[in-house]
Amino acid sequence: MNLRHLATGASLALLLPGLAACTSNSPTTGADGSDGKVTVTSSDDACEISSTEVPAGPVTFEVTNSGSKVTEFYLLGEDGLRIVGEVENIGPQLSRDLVVNVPAGTYSTACKPGMKGEGIRAGFTVTTSDTPVDAGDQANVEQAQTNYATYVKDQSDQLLTKTTEFVRLYEAGKDDEARDLYAKARVHWERIETVAESFGDLDPKMDAREADLEPGQKWTGWHRIEKDLWPQDAKDYTALTDAQRKTYGQDLLKNTTTLDSRIQKMTFTIDQIANGSRGLLEEVAKGKVTGEEEAWSHTDLWDFQANVDGAKVGYDGVRPVLVANGDKDLAKQLDTRFAELQKLLDQHKKGDGFVSYTDLTKAEVKDLSDAVNALSEPLSKLTAAVV
Amino acid sequence: MTEEETTESTSSGPSRRAMIGTGAVASAIGIAGGFTAGRATAAEPTKGAPPSPFALRGAHQPGITTPVQDRLHFAAFDVTTTSRARLISLLKEWTLAAERLMDGGPAGPIGPVEGDYRLPPDDTGEAIGLPPSRLTLTFGFGPGLFVDDEGKDRFGLAGRRPEVLTDLPHFPGDQLDQARSRGDLCVQACADDPQVAVHAIRNLARIGFGTVSVRWSQLGFGRTSSTTAGQATPRNLFGFKDGTKNVLAEEAKALDEHVWVQPDDRGGDWLAGGSYLAVRRINMVIETWDRQGLGEQESLIGRTKDSGAPLSGGQEHDDPDFAMPGKDGPIVPKDSHVAVVHPDHNDGVRILRRGYNFVDGSTDLGTLDAGLFFLAYVRDPATQFVPMQNSMAKNDAMMEYLKFTGSALFAMPPGPAEGEYIGQPLFG
Repeated sequence: MNLRHLATGASLALLLPGLAACTSNSPTTGADGSDGKVTVTSSDDACEISSTEVPAGPVTFEVTNSGSKVTEFYLLGEDGLRIVGEVENIGPQLSRDLVVNVPAGTYSTACKPGMKGEGIRAGFTVTTSDTPVDAGDQANVEQAQTNYATYVKDQSDQLLTKTTEFVRLYEAGKDDEARDLYAKARVHWERIETVAESFGDLDPKMDAREADLEPGQKWTGWHRIEKDLWPQDAKDYTALTDAQRKTYGQDLLKNTTTLDSRIQKMTFTIDQIANGSRGLLEEVAKGKVTGEEEAWSHTDLWDFQANVDGAKVGYDGVRPVLVANGDKDLAKQLDTRFAELQKLLDQHKKGDGFVSYTDLTKAEVKDLSDAVNALSEPLSKLTAAVV
Repeated sequence: MTEEETTESTSSGPSRRAMIGTGAVASAIGIAGGFTAGRATAAEPTKGAPPSPFALRGAHQPGITTPVQDRLHFAAFDVTTTSRARLISLLKEWTLAAERLMDGGPAGPIGPVEGDYRLPPDDTGEAIGLPPSRLTLTFGFGPGLFVDDEGKDRFGLAGRRPEVLTDLPHFPGDQLDQARSRGDLCVQACADDPQVAVHAIRNLARIGFGTVSVRWSQLGFGRTSSTTAGQATPRNLFGFKDGTKNVLAEEAKALDEHVWVQPDDRGGDWLAGGSYLAVRRINMVIETWDRQGLGEQESLIGRTKDSGAPLSGGQEHDDPDFAMPGKDGPIVPKDSHVAVVHPDHNDGVRILRRGYNFVDGSTDLGTLDAGLFFLAYVRDPATQFVPMQNSMAKNDAMMEYLKFTGSALFAMPPGPAEGEYIGQPLFG
């Protein structure tokens, strides 16, 4: 998953209908708004709206940019400030749909050619209708957002605690103990990996693998220390000196502290939670199931489980919203597939952790990969189903 | 008039993009505007398009006797679920997707660019703008779908497995790679454009995640046989015409005798109108072959390299005269390929060949990883394919230049009836 998804997830339903249309003012059925469809034509100096009144319920604004500048379209609350729905980045001659579920009330619309200023505004009315707009969703959404933020902060907290201890052991040359704590500490990173790695300045310093380095980039962080603790597969490896250990250890600790202080201030929207859940499974597919993440310690299955843990927490949090939105089939499918993946992972448990990745047979890796694919497909539909 | 002429004219019909848009007007605007236009009407993917050249539904599946296209993507799947319901649900989804794809539409009901902006599209999009390309999708069931390696009944189908649907025996010369062999399900995608064939397999595999996983797949780039009278016999990578004596679509009686499973055959209760597909990945030792003299090459095959005529003379389609004496024995050598596999020397048995040339790059030693992806449709593998393969292994001089690296057998059910899913009679 691209980090931008987490950072700038669209907050409301946004649809791309065909790469339509020079035929910007093509008549659309029900453009009078009675069936909840409103066409909007945003030019460089005008905002034409096919209807200024719709019944309550789902409304689709089909926004076409007929001008030469990038435009935006907003549905605003009565105060003209609260954003009910928005669609951004509509390039010249392109169309985007904005789908919002709105209760009766007074609103205003705004086209914003050039993406600056107040925009070209007009009044908009939503009349009462037979379609109920479920207010119960909002409570679920807020609950999910609060719970997820708490989880992420707690994991970050534990990451800092265990990293502090790990660095102490490593610097003290207590290698056995440090090796024992390595995967256990990283679990907390991996559970919130999509959040942790969203800080582009910290991630390359903390979690870069040797193979990821750009020419001239200094290798620091977890995996630098990993190689020093598990050098047996490394060719012509020179162990780090005590002074170097201190340098790398303190660097990791400093960055973890910075990360934690940033995470403690974060909040998450429902689409970010759902996207994060999907993103964690992508991390599994990309680096863990292939055994690339922990090239020296081979503790990939610990990370695998932690990614799945984080994805499951995110999913469980938004599940009530999913069900309230009426998508019980998707919920059922995700429940089953999470369970199937967990069952497979459980087969490789050993003590309080997992067997080494190198102990897995090709067939076992294929089975795990199949289960990750099986879960990832429906999970890719989660975000759209919960917002 | 041949079926082929008809299909070639339709294959240059409207593009996929136009078909999933609103037809001619929209596509004209798209060209004029420099980008694709047209608001999609997803539920009607083929609106404005001519009917597909091939139908998925009917007495037989397409892709067997229909004219052979130039490109292949063949995939074998392992079924990963233990749930019969999930398996059936996949076959239903595949049936709908296959119909849409063969019609030149998207894999899913929505389309590659018509859906929710935040959702992954239900079609991957690489076939946008491409014509239907005479795509055929042909589905089959391997022995592993019925019983696992321990003989356990997997989906309550064990009792319905015809005895002949079992792993092909080990043949002399087999150096099988298990990772390129066997499979519980298969899909043969043939089209005139490789991108269209790959698009179909990719999207069907995607629909299958969680129920099946791809065990292996094979690309083929040049047909090596003809299945209709109008088609010229193409050449294999040895440079020869082969499979000249193929069963053709026009030979209705021969098809019933040699290709289509009949109601009274074993498994005929669900497989009648279907066929068996024997799959062999045959690597050719290309570089060594190329060092053989032209005369040697011709006597290994039993045909001239130029016209494909049998060495006993005449034209390509003339019957070889195996009795005609040459300087040292028959002029068509007894151990030549054509002599070994000819129906006259195999109890009159014929097969429907539908194989493709393949090149999967080069080996570590720099030789081509290439050969023939052999696909043969037969009514009974035990009497048609197995004896022929054994005879070839034992007697065919060409074997020196072949390595068999993959092997599989599938039962290809009849075409689904209207409202049915693929293979429904098996699960009924």
